[in-house]
Parts: sequence; structure tokens; C-alpha cells
Amino acid sequence: MSAHVISGARLADGSTTDLAIVDGRFVEVADAPADAERIDADGLLALPGLVDLHTHLREPGREDAETVASGTRAAARGGYTAVFAMPNLTPDTDTAEAAQYVAELGRRDGTCEVVPIGAVTKGRAGTELAELGLMARQGVRVFSDDGACVHDSLLMRRALTYLKPFDGVVAQHAQDPRLAGPGACCHESEISGRLGLPGWPSVAESTVIARDVQLAEFTGGRYHACHISTAESVEVIRWAKARGIHVTAEVTPHHLLLDTPHVETYDTTFKVNPPLRTSEHIEALREALADGTIDVVGTDHAPHAVQDKDHPFDVALPGMLGLEQALAVVMEVMVGSGRMDWPTLVERMAVAPARIGRLAHQGRPLAVGEPANLVLVDPERRAMVDREQTASLSRNNPYHGRELPDPVELTVWAGRVTYRR
Amino acid sequence: MRHLLSAGDLSRAEALSLLDLAEEMHEVQRRPIKKLPALRGRTIINMFFEDSTRTRTSFEIAGKWMSADTINVSAKGSSVSKGESLRDTMLTLDAMGVDCFVIRHASSGAVAQAATWVRAHVVNAGDGQHEHPTQALLDAYTMRQHFRAKGLGDGFAGKRIAIVGDLLHSRVVRSNVLLQTVLGGNVTLVAPPTLLPTGVENWDAAVTSDFDQALEQADVVMMLRVQRERMASGFFPSEREYTAGYGLTSERLARLKPTAAIMHPGPMNRGVEISSQAADAAASRVLDQVSAGVAVRMSVLYHLLGGEGDQ
Amino acid sequence: MIWDADDIARAMRRIAHQILETNRGTHHLVLLGIPSRGAPLAHRLAALIADAEGVEVPVGELDITMYRDDLRRHPTRPVGRTRVPVSLDGATVVLVDDVLYSGRTIAAAMDALKDLGRPRAVRLAVLIDRGHHELPIQADHVGKDLPTASDEHVRVRIAEIDGSDAVTLSSAKGA
Repeated sequence: MSAHVISGARLADGSTTDLAIVDGRFVEVADAPADAERIDADGLLALPGLVDLHTHLREPGREDAETVASGTRAAARGGYTAVFAMPNLTPDTDTAEAAQYVAELGRRDGTCEVVPIGAVTKGRAGTELAELGLMARQGVRVFSDDGACVHDSLLMRRALTYLKPFDGVVAQHAQDPRLAGPGACCHESEISGRLGLPGWPSVAESTVIARDVQLAEFTGGRYHACHISTAESVEVIRWAKARGIHVTAEVTPHHLLLDTPHVETYDTTFKVNPPLRTSEHIEALREALADGTIDVVGTDHAPHAVQDKDHPFDVALPGMLGLEQALAVVMEVMVGSGRMDWPTLVERMAVAPARIGRLAHQGRPLAVGEPANLVLVDPERRAMVDREQTASLSRNNPYHGRELPDPVELTVWAGRVTYRR
Repeated sequence: MRHLLSAGDLSRAEALSLLDLAEEMHEVQRRPIKKLPALRGRTIINMFFEDSTRTRTSFEIAGKWMSADTINVSAKGSSVSKGESLRDTMLTLDAMGVDCFVIRHASSGAVAQAATWVRAHVVNAGDGQHEHPTQALLDAYTMRQHFRAKGLGDGFAGKRIAIVGDLLHSRVVRSNVLLQTVLGGNVTLVAPPTLLPTGVENWDAAVTSDFDQALEQADVVMMLRVQRERMASGFFPSEREYTAGYGLTSERLARLKPTAAIMHPGPMNRGVEISSQAADAAASRVLDQVSAGVAVRMSVLYHLLGGEGDQ
Repeated sequence: MIWDADDIARAMRRIAHQILETNRGTHHLVLLGIPSRGAPLAHRLAALIADAEGVEVPVGELDITMYRDDLRRHPTRPVGRTRVPVSLDGATVVLVDDVLYSGRTIAAAMDALKDLGRPRAVRLAVLIDRGHHELPIQADHVGKDLPTASDEHVRVRIAEIDGSDAVTLSSAKGA
């Protein structure tokens, strides 16, 4: 039985308060036991624990790159108290049993809550629906073939329709496999042309989303666009929301900060799918995140072992780490620049992800009676990112050597301190 | 010079120095005893992750005539699934104490990546759809010999060079454009719009889809190979249609300037991008390009390995 | 200054005559200058021989850069021209250089010659022999023996390259 009293913390709305935690819930300070641990939060912000709708934990299958234990420790270091685990594992999370196993690993090894995402199609092969209903009965609410696109229009229609009684959401990795084939690895632009890298055009994303949102309207299903990276996608989402379609959208920290020229030295750390885009796309994404067209920041934390990155650019595996620097990046590009206030950050990084994933006890206000999930943030502290200073088993950190905010002081998940600086 | 990775890394002085020495090396090529001791004791590994008999042989001859020990490694197939990473492959051979890697790889950028991992010098013998700097040098060498033979002078300034064909997938065109940027030739790129690289309008070259217009002003017409599998990807509808728009047909051959040179980096698809009449015409410098390849590569190897180096 | 243009001209005339005497005429004679300053000197000797005998002897250039034994001790050196106008098989080759010092240039030249053909005889003509030979190499025809200290610097200026003819000696300190 643990108890904490956090004194002098500022909340996202600017008010200052003391917070008491007993048995995993916020209680009145007066009700805290005398021997409760006292935490001085003077000058710090207290925010709800962050929720990541898009994490790759690599276990089961590639435990050399990440495990549930290491990945959730990284999450806690980044201020997260829940992560949704993408199903591209070995085996894929495409059955109720596989989903149950991931959830169990989370309960056993997790330093935060681990919520399995189920595959939309068997083996994420894009041809037959996976057992969506059986997974849903295990509590799965988010379904995605992430890493692969559900490109068959009919399958997308069926998935959207079939999931309606389960309140499930299809989280689409939007990539037209003909416009951006398996070799596509660089934003199609002057840079891809110069580097001779196969182009991944922005429209290969937005045309899929355009089709999908119309299917979502037609079926009344719930649709989430993962890691959108282009100005065209933003326009499509904006249009869909204006029509009242049940659509949400996500952006990664790296697509908010890093641009295409990072790949000019063929450094595979910067190979990611979808690829890093140019500044006009980055600007559109920032604007959309600020105005709510984009609902959430999802990390797409994608650990990779060194041997999977030490290849030619078009062969190396795509993906980069994200959990530990996501908050820092959003603070840097959105809050620090004045484009977004703290309540909006909380909405995009905790409240909305929990709502889309139907995770009722996460992303809650820091109020008496609520589950005690929170992160204490030093808004002023900055540091040089060092890829060796990580809980992840991998080192593909695109922010290595870059000065960023270094905010996370303390993370509490269900009343338990999961990270302390 | 430590490496030759991109034609864009060469200054004008370096490029001319490479071409000038290639002329001396071309003389050696005509001697009964084709041997210079300059690279005695140096070890060069020709690492060909992708087949290319022509380029590999050319580099091998160049190294041997310079008295280097040359070793050919065919290292096809580096992939995540096959285990060893490109980095491990390079580090392993580098640890044997070789002086230079000549690398051909199917992936753009792979040679530049390799250069960051090894202690030895690295020459890019063609990386994916990116660059092929020694090809651009031998092309420039051949052009200069041709200009001299036709009384057009020594320099590239004002010369019109049309490069025609599948520019999107061509490493030759990128290196040629970069090299001519320092040498001063006026490059015109000719291709159907589907085979133009993205952003080509920002290159130091004119761009057109009208071969007939570019043809009549050209001092050099460089035809690039067009691969049949591009049809399947919808880049153009048929060989017949491609040839009609972008082939150096007999009719177009007749409209070339009398002093123009016809070039092709090979291998040629006779009847597609170049007719046999054009390939075998008096204006064709195709075999001169091959011959220049050895001399240019001798020059490159000497520039990289001839001195104390920086190892 | 050791020599001016007239001194050099006199020495060149003497060397030209010595070459003709030794060779008993111009038969099978080939002059190969070693770049850079040996090359114009070889051409001058050919002109002097033509004046004396009315015969144009073949003149060429033999660059020895790639044959140097110290190639690896310096940054990559620029390479000069090698032009051999006729077959050297059976010829009497006279190598022409401005200064004979360590002898290593000439040793490299002999190696280079081997790759070009098989002369009947190879002779050496130099404008200045300053001593300090490090190899068993002697010149057959010498413009001037100039005993020097090893820290002195002999500079030969040739009009075709330097704008005027002169031989100067300077100490390393004064230079």
C-alpha cells in the first residue's frame, strides 16, 4: 500500500494544487496517511499520464530489439502510463489468444499499462479478416495492420462495418502499395530524385485516407488514420471531420520535427515509414495538431536492432524510437513556439488517445477519486539527447545529439512511481 | 582525394587533373608492356554486390596495369534476411588491410555508407539509381577526345550534350550532370515525363520531352538504356512508342550535326533506344568510351592511392 | 648565380658534340628528356645536333613519377608526359636531365625504359652534376661538375619553363 503527497504542483490549467495518492487513486490531501511520501513539485507541472496509441514493443518475436519490460520502462521515462501495442509481432496479434498473451506480458513485465492492438487481417496480409470479434471480446478495441496498409477497399468496408457493434476502430497505415511499393523509402521530392532513392509520394497516403473516410461515412464505422505525414492527408481529414465522419488522426513526434534532408547522408536512423517529409508538410501537420484536425500524437516507437539498420538505405528496416522524447518534441515544436497550450497537449497526448482506444481509466483529470496516473514535468529543463541514455534495448534514436526539453521528473502509474529522475 | 563517391565532390581542377592523367594512361594502354609500378603493393578489392562484367573488368585491368593486387569479390545479396549486414561485410574485408574498395551496389547510397565504415579508400563503381562517377569521367574524356578530333577545341564550355532515356533510374545521368556542372558543358535532359527524376527542374540542365528539337543542336547525344520491365510499371506503353519518341533512329541519325558524337554507356538495346545504324555509325564513340574506361580508372586509382594517402 | 644563359648554351653545345662523338654520329640515337626541365633541354640538344649534322634525331619525354621509389612518402604527385616517338628496341637512348644529384631519378628512368623497349645502350646527359650520388649512377655527358653541400640548393632555370636561362646556388638558410 503506497501513499504519496505531491505538493505545489501546477496543473495544465495554470492552477496550483497539492495531490494525494492512496491505493492508486487521488484522494483528499487530508486523507493521506502521515507516513505518505512527500514529493515537492514546486515549479513542476502535473499532467495526466500520457497514453500512446502507437507503440511497437517487439515482444514476442524480436526480444533483442525491445521487450515489454524495456519498452514500457522507456514509456515510463517518457511520461507514459499506457501504451497500445501494435500487432506486427511474431506471431502477429491476429487472434484472441495472441492478444491475451500480449496483455499478460504487459501485466507481468509492464512498467505501464499495455493494451494489445489486434490485426485487421490474418497475418496482416491484407486478404482475410482476422477474428475481430473474438479479439474484441478480449477487450481489444483498436485494430490495425500497421506496417501494412489495408488496401483492399472491400476488406476495409467489411472491417469498418463488422466492428460497429464492438465499438472498435480501424487504425489504418495508409500507404497505397502501388504508388508507394515495398522499395519506397524517401519522400518523393527533389531530394529523392537527387539521391536516387525510390520515392514515397505524399499522395500514396492521402488517396488511401480519402477512400477510407468515405467508406467510414458510408458504413458509419470508426476510422483512425495512423501517423499521417502529409498536408494532403490533413486536408482530407479536415474535410471528413467537417462532414461529421467518425474519423480521428494521429501524427508522430518525428513527423512534427524532422524533415527530408535528414536522409541526405543515407543515415538509416532516419529511415521511417511513412518517410520524413518536407517543411511545408511539417507546417501543415503542426497547424492541424494545434487546431484539432489531428487528434493525437502517437509515437510509432519502433525499436530496431543495429544489424537491421546497418544495411543500404532501401534495405534497412524503417522506424525510429519515440517514447522517451515524444513529450519533449511536442513541447519544443508546439508549446515552446506558442502554438499549443498545456491543456491542448494533455488532450492530444493523454485524453484523446485513451478516448479513441476506449481506455476509460486513462487520460483522466487529476482529481479526487480518479485513477492516479500522472507525470511531473519540468517545463524549463533542457538537455542534449544521448541515445545511450535510454531504457530501450535499441539505439535508433533520431534525436541523438540534439538539444531538446528534458521534462519528465516523475511518472506515476496507478499510484505506483514508475520513473523518477 | 580520399574517396571518389560522387562526381559532385570533384572540383573543376580535380576533374581536369583526372582527365589529363587519363590521357597519359591511355598512352600506356597502347604500349606493348602495359604496366606501371605506381600501385605496387597496394591491394584493391572490387566488391560487386551487383553484376557488371564491363565495369568490373575495366577496374580490374586498371588496377593490374598499375601493379596493384586486385581481387574480385562477388557479394550479391545483402539483405536483412540473409544475415550479415553491409557494415559487417565491409568491416570484415577492411580488417584484412586492403587499401581500396571499388564498390558496385544495387542500392543508392550504399557506397557512401560503406565509406563511412572503412579505413580504406572507396571508389563508387555505381550505386543504385544514384551515381556512377567514373562513367561520367570516361564520358567526359571521350567527349574531349571527340571535340579535339573534330576541331571543336579542348573545352566543354558551350558544348551541347543531350542525355536521352530512362533518367529516373539512371546513375549515369546524375553523375554526368554533376560533372558537367564543373566542366561547363550545357546538358539537355530528354525523356518522357514519366522517366524524369522528381525535382529534375532544379538540376543544372535543361529538360525537355522533345528529342527532335534537342537533337539538331547537340554536339553529343548520349543514349541511355531503357529496360523492358519499365513497360510493366507503366512508364511507357510499348517499345515501339518509346522508339518513336526517344530512340536514336536512322531518321534522327541523319539529322545530327556532322560533328556530333553518339555515346551510350552500354549495354545497348539495339532497335529500342538506339538503332544499329546509329550504334555503328562513324559518329559512334561507344567503343572509345569502353577504351577510355580503363585509362580513366587508372587515373582515378592513381589519384587515390598514388601518394602517401591519409591512412 | 653560377651560370648565365651563355654559359648554359656553351655547355649544351659541348654535350651535343660529346653525344655525337660517343655515338659516332646520329645512328639509332634517341633523346629522352625527363620532365619537367629535362624535356626542353633534350629538344635543345636535338636542335644543336640538327645544326651540326643536318639530321633530325627523335626526341621524346620520359616521365618517371610513377617509378619513383619515394612515391608513397609524399602526397599524390602530379604525373608528367611520356612521349616516345620511335621504338626504343636497339636504339641508343640518351636520357637528358637538368641536375644529377642522388641518382634516384635516373634509376627510376631506367625502370621506366624497361617497360618501353630494349635499347642497345642508355646514356645520361645532365647540365649539372652536383655530387652526393646515392646509387651507382654516373653521367656520360656533364655540363658542369658543381661540388655542393647537401644543404645547398641548385636551381636550374630554363627559358621554355622559367622565362630565362640560369643556374643558381643558394644555401637552405638563405633561400
